[in-house]
Amino acid sequence: MQVYEIKKDIYWVGAVDWLVRDFHGYSTYKGTTYNAFLMFDEKNVLFDTVKHNLCSDLVHRIRTLTDPEKIDYIVVNHVEMDHTGCLPEIVELVKPEKIICSKMGHKNLLAHFHRPDWPYHVVENGETISVGKRSITFIETRMLHWPDSMFSYIPEEKLLISSDAFGQHLGTSERFDDEVDESELMYQAKKYYANILYLYSPQVRKLLKSVAEAGLEIDMIAPDHGVIWRKGPDKILKAYEDWSHHRGTKKALVIYDTMWHSTEMMAKAVADGLESTGISVKLLDLAVNHRSEIVTDVIDAKGICLGCPTLNNGLLPRMAGFLMYLRGLRPAQKFGFAFGSYGWSGEAVKHMNKAMEEWKFELVHEGIKVKYVPTHDDLKRCKEAGQLMGKKIIEALEDQA
Amino acid sequence: MKQYRCTVCGYVYDPKNGDPDNEIKPGTSFEDLPDDWTCPICGASKDQFEPAE
Repeated sequence: MQVYEIKKDIYWVGAVDWLVRDFHGYSTYKGTTYNAFLMFDEKNVLFDTVKHNLCSDLVHRIRTLTDPEKIDYIVVNHVEMDHTGCLPEIVELVKPEKIICSKMGHKNLLAHFHRPDWPYHVVENGETISVGKRSITFIETRMLHWPDSMFSYIPEEKLLISSDAFGQHLGTSERFDDEVDESELMYQAKKYYANILYLYSPQVRKLLKSVAEAGLEIDMIAPDHGVIWRKGPDKILKAYEDWSHHRGTKKALVIYDTMWHSTEMMAKAVADGLESTGISVKLLDLAVNHRSEIVTDVIDAKGICLGCPTLNNGLLPRMAGFLMYLRGLRPAQKFGFAFGSYGWSGEAVKHMNKAMEEWKFELVHEGIKVKYVPTHDDLKRCKEAGQLMGKKIIEALEDQA
Repeated sequence: MKQYRCTVCGYVYDPKNGDPDNEIKPGTSFEDLPDDWTCPICGASKDQFEPAE
């Protein structure tokens, strides 16, 4: 099978997953890759492995280059099973002298594979090991996005093997950023950030700061998913900087679900109000938009409008599920507004307001409830609420600038 | 003695158990943890904890 030399004597030996469409609830319409890298030096080092079902792809690629037993060290940058699923088979085949991991990596490997007999070598944050002409410095990146996560940095090559950070679920036969469509790449990178890293934005900011202060020279970032950043490592670093600072743009979302189109009518009126103030709006019906696509839009929207009718004294389950998902991603620094139709009790708006208050959104309005079907005046009120949010967004962005 | 929750990863420090990973004995209150103590799961500093409900 095809291998790719990404730097002198460092090869991509991972696997392309052309089939995956649902990655634990994250929609992966473009498939993905599980990247693994093999570096030849006085000690030969394999960085990460692949998902279990693609083990033979990894093994074929390794065998194209060398006898697996010639690999001395296996580095586990992240214990999640899309990168360690075939570790037991690979350990069996390679018989490594060392399995290098972080302190939490050691604990988590034991909790996954129950193999206390493996030759673990726990590295400290910032520790450097020599592998011959080159060295590897390990940088702990706890909670980016698991406690065990770490980066492997090869200073002699200015290469950062970044585990899940800077990744994208993008399955392609191309291996580098300059070989694929740029807007598709940046969308997939943003989607990855939104669904996997958004909640750890404070840690991302801290990490970017410490990388800048340490003055690491980086001319290539090789994540564990998607393509390798060789043309634009600065571009993805800058994008992470923007996303992690919650820098909202002149954009608002109207996210809704509806039973008999009443809440949908209200949603359109709210969107109309926003649009009239010059704000870019997306009208997102939860019935047809996947939650992982919606949260990708959430990260740079300054305003979030939530619409849902009341069902059995509560929310429609799609909205309830969406709020649970978004809550976990810890959105911040946004304006909020809730609306919805009802028949007799009308609790939905209260539930949505409560969620947004918990996220410390600034509610621009107390919320609008409409009994059964909106009148012309009701829709006018919805439009005005949209206009109010539009004005708030414009003012806030002017203050920010 | 009060429990404290890590706002980064959700770990709860329970004084009853202490933190054996960082050699903190059972019965140590959160306030008595050293200033440079960090979350045994995610490495967050003490100021990133809040009282657990």
